[in-house]
Amino acid sequence: MIEAIGLTKRYGRTVAVDDLSFTVQPGRVTGFLGPNGAGKSTTMRMILGLDRPTAGRVLIDGKPYTELNRPLQTVGALLDAKWVHPNRSARAHLKWLAVSNGLPKSRVDAVLEAVGLTQVASKNAGGFSLGMSQRLGIAAALLGDPKVLLFDEPVNGLDPEGILWIRTFMQNLAAEGRTVLVSSHLLSEMALTASELVVIGRGKLITQSSTQEFIDRSTGNTVLVRSPQLFKLGPLLVDKGFTVRDGADGALSVSGATSDQIGDIAAANGVVLHELSPQRGSLEEAFMQLTGDAVEYHAEIGK
Amino acid sequence: MTLLAVERIKLFSTRSPYWCSALALVLGVGLTAIIAASTDNGQLSLGATQFGSSQLALSVVLVMAALAVTTEYRFSTIRATFLAVPNRTSALVAKTVVVAFIAAVLGEIIAFGSVGIAKVLSPASDLAITTGDEWRHVAGVGLLYGIGAVIAIAVGILVRQTAGAVAILLVWNMLLEGLIGIIPKVGVKIQAWLPFMNANHFLQLGGDNPAEQAGAGVDFKLSQWGSLGYFAAIAVALLVVALIVAKRRDA
Repeated sequence: MIEAIGLTKRYGRTVAVDDLSFTVQPGRVTGFLGPNGAGKSTTMRMILGLDRPTAGRVLIDGKPYTELNRPLQTVGALLDAKWVHPNRSARAHLKWLAVSNGLPKSRVDAVLEAVGLTQVASKNAGGFSLGMSQRLGIAAALLGDPKVLLFDEPVNGLDPEGILWIRTFMQNLAAEGRTVLVSSHLLSEMALTASELVVIGRGKLITQSSTQEFIDRSTGNTVLVRSPQLFKLGPLLVDKGFTVRDGADGALSVSGATSDQIGDIAAANGVVLHELSPQRGSLEEAFMQLTGDAVEYHAEIGK
Repeated sequence: MTLLAVERIKLFSTRSPYWCSALALVLGVGLTAIIAASTDNGQLSLGATQFGSSQLALSVVLVMAALAVTTEYRFSTIRATFLAVPNRTSALVAKTVVVAFIAAVLGEIIAFGSVGIAKVLSPASDLAITTGDEWRHVAGVGLLYGIGAVIAIAVGILVRQTAGAVAILLVWNMLLEGLIGIIPKVGVKIQAWLPFMNANHFLQLGGDNPAEQAGAGVDFKLSQWGSLGYFAAIAVALLVVALIVAKRRDA
């Protein structure tokens, strides 16, 4: 479990992370969502003890990272796949990591196998493609068989196959009961990967909820209704307190009601329905709406 | 011990230490070879065998030691290191110990290699190492390299980039300390307290020929071993400052 309590990071007068509190539970993938520059990476570096918080603290299973004994056995992290020496082989990179945390050499081969890099293990990491680097980074994160895993924008720049592989991989890790925190600036990606969301904008917590709840709440439910008797149905829906707008092709767009409710009302009043279809707003729109203020504010600060 | 093993694996799994060691060896021993070859057979003194090791090759070793740290910052592997070993002080001390040890061993190889090649090229010269002073002059090169490596690592940690660290070390060692002697009257007095001047003072053979002695003409206040201690104390002080900075700074 990861627990952030009032986490704050200031660089001079700029506040990168502002009084951020959230928890990440084991057994599921938690998405750490926010636009670029929202403070996701800074927060992750503070979780891992690389950056010193200006205020607040963050605990991993009740302890700050820097107090963990052999930390790789508790926490695995992939913050940047390029954190390898280009002239060092993949195996040598994993070997020194393993030795530093008292892990047997067999773990090196095991994680190389798990990410499918066995064939190129003795090649220099500098010659790896982005996808291969990302796999090497994941191998390093898995080295100590940790209970807690952190990934910072792991699918950035990957091809669809690589994205699918990482997504499945993270879900499997969570299914094994591990705590998985993965950051992204793409809600559509998180909707497919994460079951829980921590959403931040401009360093502040916007919301923490389940992904489904977040999407339902933020996209808003509208239902498209088509009927030859709209003149009759429209006022009935307005009476019930729903918002009714004229949609395309003479249909009605009803918000605030489920399709079940509208169907029931129509049946009770003998209205013929030709179409009754729930409409989903786009995730991107919803996300922009929620974090839009944060981003605009950010731009103004920059002036 | 674990951390020493880690730093050893890291150092020897890249190519730069091999190249730097080879270059230091070629330059150090090579310069002695050239000096020996161009001196009349029988005229070569032991004091002339260590110019290559104590002046030229030292610079390469300083660069190698600085690179051991700055490449970690350059490729952000320092962050991977601090993730694996959150106690930054022990991680960096382990690195310093490994690099300083390698530098010291390299120093001995270059120093005795220089004497060896001089013996081969100038067999009639008296190059026997018998007195304590002569042993200090030759074997002392290793100590100089080990301590010099500590200074280079401290500078590397503080500056964090290769170009900056290398420029500082080379200008400091090869130019700055020598140029200060140009300042009238006080220059020589200041030089008596400069670290690399004291390092050279430690190596001085005390022969009749002042041209053979780096740092000749400087009125050192310390004994030769005192100068080495002073050099080491400055190295440790710099390292302590670097470790404190590294601990407080965001990685």
